[in-house]
Amino acid sequence: MKPTKAFNRSLWAFHMNSGSCNGCEIEIVAAITPRYDPERFGIKLVGSPKHADLLLVTGPVVGKMKDRLVRVYEQMPDPKVVMCVGTCGISGGVFYDSYNLAGPVDQVVPVDVYVVGCPPRPEAIIHGVVTALAKLERIEGGEH
Amino acid sequence: MSEKSAKKAPYIVPIGPTHPALKEPVMFNFEMEGEVIKDVDFAPGQTHRGIEWMGMRRNPIQIVHLTDRICGICGVSHTFAFARAVEQIAGIEVPERGDYIRTILAEFERIQSHLLWAGVAAHELGFDSLLHLTWRVREQSMDVIENLTGNRVNYGIVQVGGVRRDIVPEQHKIIEDCLSTYEGLLSKLVTLFLEDRSIHMRCRDTGVLSKEDALGLCTVGPTARASGVNVDLRQDYPYAAYGDLDITAILPDQHMGETRGDVYDRIVVRLLEVGQSCGIIRQCLDQMPSGPVTAEAKLAKLLAICKKAQGEAIGRVEAPRGECFHYVRMDGKEAPANWKVKASSYSNLMSWIPMLRGEQIADIPIIVASIDPCLSCTDRVAVIRGRSRSVLTKEDLHRLSVEKTRRIQS
Repeated sequence: MKPTKAFNRSLWAFHMNSGSCNGCEIEIVAAITPRYDPERFGIKLVGSPKHADLLLVTGPVVGKMKDRLVRVYEQMPDPKVVMCVGTCGISGGVFYDSYNLAGPVDQVVPVDVYVVGCPPRPEAIIHGVVTALAKLERIEGGEH
Repeated sequence: MSEKSAKKAPYIVPIGPTHPALKEPVMFNFEMEGEVIKDVDFAPGQTHRGIEWMGMRRNPIQIVHLTDRICGICGVSHTFAFARAVEQIAGIEVPERGDYIRTILAEFERIQSHLLWAGVAAHELGFDSLLHLTWRVREQSMDVIENLTGNRVNYGIVQVGGVRRDIVPEQHKIIEDCLSTYEGLLSKLVTLFLEDRSIHMRCRDTGVLSKEDALGLCTVGPTARASGVNVDLRQDYPYAAYGDLDITAILPDQHMGETRGDVYDRIVVRLLEVGQSCGIIRQCLDQMPSGPVTAEAKLAKLLAICKKAQGEAIGRVEAPRGECFHYVRMDGKEAPANWKVKASSYSNLMSWIPMLRGEQIADIPIIVASIDPCLSCTDRVAVIRGRSRSVLTKEDLHRLSVEKTRRIQS
């Protein structure tokens, strides 16, 4: 991967579970550990949405988590991008007919990057983060 | 004045549901006096997806893919328990080789799950370099799982009647390599975790769960074993290939000479179980008979058998976190008439309360993580009617439970 000018700063991500099965959580944590090591580019998970540029949302957004997802999104400073990790956040996936879904994610907050897979591989998640970084750069440059 | 001071103590510290220390949403309310936890209450149910409800509208072959996604970490265990229940109802005999492959997969799942937990525990203690080491080591078991099943997580390999893929001789070498690496590494991991001074200081006598409490609260799995309760389904009620193998439950006094039931003992049990799982997989590879891996490879035929099935059964499996329990009732239709899941964390969550009482606020993350909670497994029940919510008392729940038993029996 060639560092582009999009790498002019570290990208910090906040991870929010909106009712996921844990599969995507494991792969997100696996993606930040030494085999993949995106931290060498300054990409890391942070503990508060107020510190984050990127929101990683996993899960199909169950009823109880809807308002919390909106609150977390609103707490993030601009410019921000949202990445939806996993098939169930994109379409409901295997949980499509559940009575307790308020999502897919893009019905609740605007999503910029979709990463498909149930769960996606760590490589796919990192590719998604790079795409999100490029989008963040474009937003800062005045594009939408 | 008195009213004012009554409001001051204890302080209520709410933590959650979205919280960086835990990857899953759960809500805690701590009553604090200074740094000390006086009382604690928690509200699970934040990730309830209605899986049982969905399952009762799908056929068993579709449900196995749903059970994989009850929990991303113990996918094999849930599918295994569900498949065992359906097999008993439909009278399907799983071929011996299928049972051995299921056992190998279940043990690999235990290895990766315990290593995952060890990393998370190190992270909760602020020991991030150990987190990274454990997770780097864990990737090798993920590679083997991917080689055997085709997926890293949510394997989709266990099917009603057996497994969907065989283990070919070329794969034996990959498994062997992984096992010998782990057996070599284990003593290093044990030294790093158990002989480290800061881990010892943070975990010894922290979050103690007495044997009486462990029995009284019906805890299962490594959480119970760390408190000295000798329970392990693989030893007590052997299923699949476990009856042919030599298994005894791992208890902390075997390694440490005493049982204190603290966080440290839970680390001991889980680390030693990684070694035990390596031994089980090795025994399975040596003893594995040849033959088919599934009772019925054609899914249409399998579905026809399941459709005719009538009756009820329980499937129990020792998941990495403890006993995983599936009750299924079929009445000659495509979808099961009843399906109930009791995941291992469901039994373990209540043990948080005696563990956390009297501890310091800084120990909350490691104590909460020490039972290896898996909330996506657990969140099964919600009472929502329109917009009104109601709180059910113990008597109400008991009444509902009795009514349901009667309904099922009639």
